[in-house]
Amino acid sequence: MGADRGGVMSGTLKLGLFAAIAATIVAGGWRLTGERIAANTHAARLAQFESVLGATVFDTLDYDAPTIVEPPHRLPGDAPARIFEAFANGARVARVFEVQAAGYGGPIVLLVGIDAAFVVTGVRVVSHTETPGLGTHIERERSDWITSFDGRSLGPDDGSVWALKRDGGAFDAFTGATITPRAVVEAVHETLLYAQAMEAPP
Amino acid sequence: MNTVWRDGLWHNNPGIVQLLGLCPLLAVTNTAVNALGLAVATLFVLTASNTIVSITRRALQPEIRIPAYVLVIAALVTATELAFHAYAPTLHARLGIFLPLIVTNCAIVARAEAFASRQPVGRAFADGLAHGLGFGWVLVIVGALRELVGHGTLFRDLGTLIPGAGNGGITVVDGGLLLALLPPGAFFALAAVLVARNIIASRQGQDNPELAREQG
Repeated sequence: MGADRGGVMSGTLKLGLFAAIAATIVAGGWRLTGERIAANTHAARLAQFESVLGATVFDTLDYDAPTIVEPPHRLPGDAPARIFEAFANGARVARVFEVQAAGYGGPIVLLVGIDAAFVVTGVRVVSHTETPGLGTHIERERSDWITSFDGRSLGPDDGSVWALKRDGGAFDAFTGATITPRAVVEAVHETLLYAQAMEAPP
Repeated sequence: MNTVWRDGLWHNNPGIVQLLGLCPLLAVTNTAVNALGLAVATLFVLTASNTIVSITRRALQPEIRIPAYVLVIAALVTATELAFHAYAPTLHARLGIFLPLIVTNCAIVARAEAFASRQPVGRAFADGLAHGLGFGWVLVIVGALRELVGHGTLFRDLGTLIPGAGNGGITVVDGGLLLALLPPGAFFALAAVLVARNIIASRQGQDNPELAREQG
């Protein structure tokens, strides 16, 4: 009995010691890497916004404090959408919309940059679950396709531009994947319509 | 080469003989570089956990051994994941959940329990290296096979693991067969490696598990 209790006590103490060692390893790892991880995350996010805004010159971007639009909204996707504003010398020069397109494998999170003249400055995919090798051509690293939105705007004859070529529009589809590019084209189009409607006089 | 190394790299290879850790083996091997990233992480965790387990082997009574291993392995995996997040952020994003899931790789706890807990530190360290490298070469071979068939390249995106290295890789053929990159491709590639391994093993008349069982 006494020996048993001694065994339990020493086991408990030893496990406690192991827990302390494990906590030290994790805390040490965090101390060594925490700053770098935060810097990486920040740089990656900034680089993404810069590529979405293309040639637009801006000095401040409120990427820490976006305007959040709760559903139901007229932006693509059922999730809350976020709108980031870019300023140059105090004047708003562009907005970046974080919206969701309904892809083949689930939501495709997009950043859509639109400047003050309602011209698309750039589109990038933040995350998606499309089929590897087919739908993944929407990624900038895999193909140039996503840059075909650059410089597009709403025209007088909307339908002939904002659709895939096979649907009579201006955008290419990929071999073997139609749903993915169609979803992205529709989402960017809806975002552009929303951006313009927001500004329109009542 | 002594038995520790022969076992880890070939006779008792965690990937193709014990068939442990199949989840990461099948999941992240869509390119050689992704596979290499996970191989490096697993190698580090396995070697460090073997060493720590061996150092503390006399202090731990059997009742608390497994919980103690779990603590050590979880801490090592967390630290490894932080290191990847800090120094290879792109690869970290691509490996995703499979970096933290190294903690569930049974090859690691198996080596701790079956070997490191009853061997001196030097041998436990060597065993961790041998099994880590053994698991690693299988990962990289499966990854390279799938990348070669799926993309027609080898070691593309190497820059995500080694800063400064190019991301183009070696283009062997243009285009590829999509199936190799999808989950079934992982099974086909692993099967090919297993077949090759069994042919070589049976030619050498060594350690064929079926044969050994029949001969009793």
